[in-house]
Amino acid sequence: MNAYTWRALLLAAVMAVPLLAVLRDAYQCVYFSPYDLLLNAAMAGALLGGFYTAVTVGVSISFGILDIVNIAHPAFIILGSYITYFVTTRFGLDPIVASIIALPAFYALGAAIYQLYYLSFEKRGQDSLRGLAFFFGILFITEVGLVLVFGVDYRYVQAGYIDTSWHLGVVDLPLRMLVPCLVSLLMLAVLQLFLSRTFTGRAIMAVAQDQLALQLMAADPVRIKRIAFAISIATASMAGAFLIVIQPVEPSIGREYIGRVFAICVLGGLGSLPGTLIAAMLLGIVESFTATCIGPSWAPAVSFGLLLLTLAFRPAGLLGR
Amino acid sequence: MNSAIRSGTFVLACAVVAAIVFAGARAAGNDYVFFAGYTVLQFIVLATAWNILGGYTGYVNFGSAAFFALGAYATVFFHKFYPLPVPVLLIISAMVSGLVGLGMGYLTLRLRGAFFAIATLALAVVLQTLVVNWNYVGGARGAYVIRPAEVAGLSLPYIQYLFLIMLALAVLAIATARIIERSKLGYGFAAIRDDEMAAEASGVPTLRLKLIATTLSGALMGMAGAPFPYYIGYLQPSSAFALEYAVNSIAMPMIGGTTSWVGPLVGALLLGTLQQVTTVTISSAVNLLIVGVLLVGFVIIAPNGLTGLWRRLFSKQ
Repeated sequence: MNAYTWRALLLAAVMAVPLLAVLRDAYQCVYFSPYDLLLNAAMAGALLGGFYTAVTVGVSISFGILDIVNIAHPAFIILGSYITYFVTTRFGLDPIVASIIALPAFYALGAAIYQLYYLSFEKRGQDSLRGLAFFFGILFITEVGLVLVFGVDYRYVQAGYIDTSWHLGVVDLPLRMLVPCLVSLLMLAVLQLFLSRTFTGRAIMAVAQDQLALQLMAADPVRIKRIAFAISIATASMAGAFLIVIQPVEPSIGREYIGRVFAICVLGGLGSLPGTLIAAMLLGIVESFTATCIGPSWAPAVSFGLLLLTLAFRPAGLLGR
Repeated sequence: MNSAIRSGTFVLACAVVAAIVFAGARAAGNDYVFFAGYTVLQFIVLATAWNILGGYTGYVNFGSAAFFALGAYATVFFHKFYPLPVPVLLIISAMVSGLVGLGMGYLTLRLRGAFFAIATLALAVVLQTLVVNWNYVGGARGAYVIRPAEVAGLSLPYIQYLFLIMLALAVLAIATARIIERSKLGYGFAAIRDDEMAAEASGVPTLRLKLIATTLSGALMGMAGAPFPYYIGYLQPSSAFALEYAVNSIAMPMIGGTTSWVGPLVGALLLGTLQQVTTVTISSAVNLLIVGVLLVGFVIIAPNGLTGLWRRLFSKQ
């Protein structure tokens, strides 16, 4: 018996009672519920998973590939929501179009933050502890900045598709969820193509593995990392638009996503976009079933429990390197 | 600076300072001093506790609020179950939070750096969800804990009593931190912080030391939370588990300096007082902004905090 087995046993013993209760509830729910309820829960979960993909893809790039623990990413997503809100209500644009217009601004913001991060921490060789604290501080600055500018009221946007729903047999497809899900899958596909087919994209994948080798290929690692981080912040603009299409937004709502985002990122395997997609879908579906079968107030514990279990047993994630 | 002073003398000096603080607060003759002072003292305990794990061993804990809330909810539980005096509750809270700290350390012992930090954050949310769904301690509705007007036996207003308890806790936390710093334990912690692999290779029992650090740090945070329900009167999960506690308990040591017990003390006094002033004069949203800006500013400009600046300015070449 090594320390690893002991830990597994201890964890199993501690979690056995709540886990069994949850499993029993889930079994009864699945066994006794009408099948259309379950189908709808699965579909709602998959749509939610599509949205989670967009929320997480930025962190998959910054944390997964660049090793920059951008814990403030959800705050930038909320910033994206508010920019979308502002542009949509001011100029009457579609929220997702508004977020695409805002992409260059977010890209520039990301490049600026990376430059600051590089000069203050990476160049000086400071430990990651201070980098973590740095982003934790940025999180609060962004949040309070939004509170001071927009107030703490919930904000929402209008668009033609927000109140309509399609029906496939017994399954409801609310467009409010479907449109963000599809656009987010498109965004993921574009990013994956960019990372695997273009020179810059491949350099980004390489920077995680060997900076020196990258320099020998005549690519500047700092520039490559700046581009990658800027892209990761740019995705927050899109994710923010999706969020405000799906639900009303207030400044501190991003905190709910911090753990979720890292759970998906770690579960999927660091730096793997397909892994991110699979993990996001999985989490969306599990959360949806939890909300349907046990109650919405338990949903956060599911994602975080999943994260704790992943970290304890398979830190490399599902499709990890 | 004061390496010659012995631990016994140090604790005595702390007690004297604490007595002067209490006498001074009484002399001010205003209850607000006690209410504000309690919050600052609470931050001294939280920051010092965070620093035992975060500063000495280099493991960033984002879940301070969870340990604090556990202490507070242990009080709520026993308040409903069988009312106990606050000092007994302190011990119970310390045991509960210490045990959870031990469990957390055990669960995450293989995780380093950012992964550890994220795991602590996850732990905080799991615990919050459990409390939200636990009806006995009030669930999402929260729980009322009525503060008695006076302490039975002593003719002392209750807020002064709570202030006194927090003062004693602050002394305890600082004394613990300083004793660790000058002991074999402290050198072991520093070895882990500087290079865990090398420490392990040279025979430092890194696993046991990390577990000691998570347990001690958790227990102290739980103790800081134990009197909180009596202070606030109405406790709800979102206020007990607030991320504000997490950011403050990280920012204060970072601003003060993480390598010695002085840092968290200075940081908590400075930032805690500043927050009290801004909450009264401007707004409570702005005080979070100040914490964020100071945290970011200090990690960029003065990575070793105020004590680091002090040493750089006044050390003899």
